[in-house]
Amino acid sequence: MDSKRYELNVQLAQMLKGGVIMDVTNVEQAKIAEEAGAVAVMALERVPADIRKDGGVARMSDPAMIAEIKKAVSIPVMAKARIGHFVEAQLLEALRIDYIDESEVLTPADEECHIDKTKFSIPFVCGARNLGEALRRIAEGAAMIRTKGEAGTGNVVEAVRHMRTMNREIRQLAQMPVEEVTGFAKTNGLPYELALKVRELGRLPVVNFAAGGIATPADAALMMQLGCDGVFVGSGIFKSADPARRARAIVKATAYFNDPQKVLEASLGLGEAMPGLEIGQIPPEQLLAKRGW
Amino acid sequence: MSVHFIGPQPEIVGVLDLQGGVHEHLEHLERLGLPYRRVKEAKDFENLAGLILPGGESTCLARLLQLFGLVEAIGRHAGRGMKLWGTCAGAILLATNVAGEKSCLGLIDMEIERNGFGGQLDSFHSEALIEAVSPAPIPLTFIRAPKIRSVGKDVKVLLRMDDYIAAAENDRVVVTVFHPELTGCLALHRYFALKCGLHPRGEDVSEGWDTASWMKLARIAS
Repeated sequence: MDSKRYELNVQLAQMLKGGVIMDVTNVEQAKIAEEAGAVAVMALERVPADIRKDGGVARMSDPAMIAEIKKAVSIPVMAKARIGHFVEAQLLEALRIDYIDESEVLTPADEECHIDKTKFSIPFVCGARNLGEALRRIAEGAAMIRTKGEAGTGNVVEAVRHMRTMNREIRQLAQMPVEEVTGFAKTNGLPYELALKVRELGRLPVVNFAAGGIATPADAALMMQLGCDGVFVGSGIFKSADPARRARAIVKATAYFNDPQKVLEASLGLGEAMPGLEIGQIPPEQLLAKRGW
Repeated sequence: MSVHFIGPQPEIVGVLDLQGGVHEHLEHLERLGLPYRRVKEAKDFENLAGLILPGGESTCLARLLQLFGLVEAIGRHAGRGMKLWGTCAGAILLATNVAGEKSCLGLIDMEIERNGFGGQLDSFHSEALIEAVSPAPIPLTFIRAPKIRSVGKDVKVLLRMDDYIAAAENDRVVVTVFHPELTGCLALHRYFALKCGLHPRGEDVSEGWDTASWMKLARIAS
């Protein structure tokens, strides 16, 4: 990927700012999401809550299903490849979708290497728990970052932790004399050049969305107030009682995240949210955020 | 909401702040020394000389405009002389005809087609001379851009490329299917400001601008 292509890919993510990206598993759901005002859909066979329940190996979705969804909507279509599975990424690029999520929700294909995303023309979004992880993915060619909140739990606590961690590290870096950056970068696993860039910008050098455990309009507004540029909602919509209504409500709350009156109006009469999971009750080997490094 | 100046004459340029490339436009207005305001609800339209509808997703923007009664507010303020400029998705919102879909604001007589080039792998950079706007060619950024297929009699074509129209205007509305807010060049923002009767300052190309310049309006660390 040349630098001009990378620039276009970062800029597509900029056009998604303030928007909601929704997980969908079929054409009907994709249309509901688009109609509700989603800025993109993530096409996948099973939402994370079901992947978690079913267990086994989760792979890239059936390309025929992704192609059908792509045909059905005019908003951007994203799909997930396993961490390190560069051939799944090659297939998704050949499908000519708009964005690839190299995702911990699927079973990792490589426990040492993430995909070398600089080899691709298609843009990638990757999850991160802290500044170091975000900058390592950007160094590998990611054009967009998202938090790595515990997917499929309906519990926003991990996404909040990741965003607060990134913000804290960004503030530390921004206030640091330049000679301290080398040590900070070494300790926290930050690529040095990107650390300098973050210090200058006072934020990540690409768009950063919230992802993992967002289930209500208030969750979405919370992540936006913490400084996220937009929101991914996975299981939260289509595992709830009234998906179309909840989808519209989360779009509203994300656009007006600073206006409690509007977030309140969006929160009224939504029916039941998805069932939630306490993180402490998940066996440690089943925690998704630990996948990748 | 940031109001830099309020006077009897409309002097402020608004940027519709619901979703999409908002900071990028604000940063360009700032470099031209123009007072600006983020526009989120009906009361924010007061005293605007012009309103920019940014790039983003037009289905999302259209839904939010309808939901919060902003379609009516935009129509009313356009009626009193507020100028409008739509970039990419913003151009789709302003068109009277959108291929295969309902139109949203219908303030410029033209037919536009969403994703006219295809998906993200078909996004591209280009360059062109727009005589009405600038004496030198300007950089153009097309991201999942629409194509304007045809325009009505009262619409002037500003830039025609291959089989489509990339920029056009009528008395009150400018549309561009590309994103001037994603390049360093201020020519189109200046052109729109002049159309609004304002007085932009400075040069069209700023030293030291880069694609991250908008981020100073979206910092985490102060």
